Amino acid sequence: MEYSLDEVMETVRMTLYHNFDIRTVTLGINLKDCIDPDIESFKSNVYDKVTEYGKRLVNEAGKIEDKYGVPIINKRISVTPVSLIVESCKEDAPIEIAKTLDMASRDANIDFIGGYGALVQKGMTRSDSRLIDSLPEMLSSTERVCAFLNVASTLSGMNMDAIIKLGNILKDIASRTDNGIGCTKFAVFSNAPEDNPFMAGAFHGIGEPDFSLNIGISGPGVVRSVVEKNRECDLTGLSEVIKRTAFKITRAGELIGRELALKMEVPFGIVDISLASTNKVGDSVAGIVEMMGIERIGAPGSTAALALLIDAVKKGGAMASGNVGGLSGTFIPVSEDSGMNEAVRSGALSIEKLEALTAVCSVGLDMIAIPGDTPAETISAIIADELSIGVVNGKTTGVRLIPVPGKKAGDYVNFGGLLGETYVMDISTFSSRDFILRGGRMPAPITSMRN
Amino acid sequence: MPKDLVFITVIGKDQKGIIAHISNAVFKHNINIEDLNQKVMEGYFVMTMLADMADSKASIADIKREFTEIEKQMDLRIQVQHENIFKAMHRV
Repeated sequence: MEYSLDEVMETVRMTLYHNFDIRTVTLGINLKDCIDPDIESFKSNVYDKVTEYGKRLVNEAGKIEDKYGVPIINKRISVTPVSLIVESCKEDAPIEIAKTLDMASRDANIDFIGGYGALVQKGMTRSDSRLIDSLPEMLSSTERVCAFLNVASTLSGMNMDAIIKLGNILKDIASRTDNGIGCTKFAVFSNAPEDNPFMAGAFHGIGEPDFSLNIGISGPGVVRSVVEKNRECDLTGLSEVIKRTAFKITRAGELIGRELALKMEVPFGIVDISLASTNKVGDSVAGIVEMMGIERIGAPGSTAALALLIDAVKKGGAMASGNVGGLSGTFIPVSEDSGMNEAVRSGALSIEKLEALTAVCSVGLDMIAIPGDTPAETISAIIADELSIGVVNGKTTGVRLIPVPGKKAGDYVNFGGLLGETYVMDISTFSSRDFILRGGRMPAPITSMRN
Repeated sequence: MPKDLVFITVIGKDQKGIIAHISNAVFKHNINIEDLNQKVMEGYFVMTMLADMADSKASIADIKREFTEIEKQMDLRIQVQHENIFKAMHRV
């Protein structure tokens, strides 16, 4: 036999016992060719295109799941930023298009559709402002549409006027939905990638072709198990074994992505090698760090441990595929990772430590519940802090905060299903108001003098 | 005709008739057994069978359905996966 029994069983064990899966296949669809001065024709063009390709995606992904025995958890679609395609339309066009996207994804059995958003790092067009103002209504009246905003970049700096608006908008979204759950479908970015397959921030960027099939692999459970097996080796050796495992799972992801793209007759885009947790036992990024020897994530040493972990994942991933892209960092969504949650509950992990983790590899403050009475300016200030790390370090950072109405620090909140459960985090009560309300644009950073 | 290879893997408690049941199901669908390996790993019976589906009319989904009953009867885990994934993961 060309493969040893151990090799075959390694792959089988990953899928059977360590939650190795394809977290998402996300088809990027250009919607610019759907634009029509008549809103009814526009909506019908959008509906037809999304449902046709959405149904094909679900159908072909199912066949590939069977062929390789690797579960494909989510089938998703990302579209051209909606603010761009409704520029010439009437006032209520963004919401009308959102409802069409919602209906199309429901009819095609697509679980989430991303792209209701705008790129406003340098300033807002009239259409961008209109879309931002519509976010509370959109997120409380649709089920599957996800929203994003890029409000900062290394080349343009940070649009503080947009960030001011977001404090109030997040509170408004939260007040209109149970436990503020609408906020879980909205991510704010610096340096947002145009080919990110993960929600809530996925959109089909303007530099992309008509279609692009992007894939997000995931295997915190697989990596955790390899760390568990190597308790004795030093950190150099540990990096090596993680690298090899990342190579293997990335190769599987690339194989599945390329074959799916071929079947759908669309170009293959990227493999996003981010480690993405779920609430399943053992499928936790916090669990990996703790297996490396940190008692609870958040304790001193966590930043170094996570830096080593993701560096090894990137090295293995880059060797395995020439198409690594998207976010390709670590997701440590608090409510979606049981280990992170336990760290918050036990007081090991603060929002400040989470912010520090994003300086080395995490892609943002993700799925964090904060007290409902947090002032809007404080929310804007947390966003500004987090995004400035991305701007200055030339990397993507994002924020997905949920100011849960009526809840205070330490309270328990359950978002249900994959969104998980969490404890409300403690937020500084010192004011940032006067700084935030200055507004304007924070200039782009100097990129020499790297200290 | 090019081969269409799949790995059928079985994990479970060692007992009589495992290979007989699997081979029977495979034969029924006109699938050729190319190679077979078995051993006891960490107290479990483990078997990997490399099989060629080129002459079979059945799909991988059909074969999996066929194995569901055997899994239940004999308390086994049976996986069917196309060979390409092993090539991608274990060969540079």
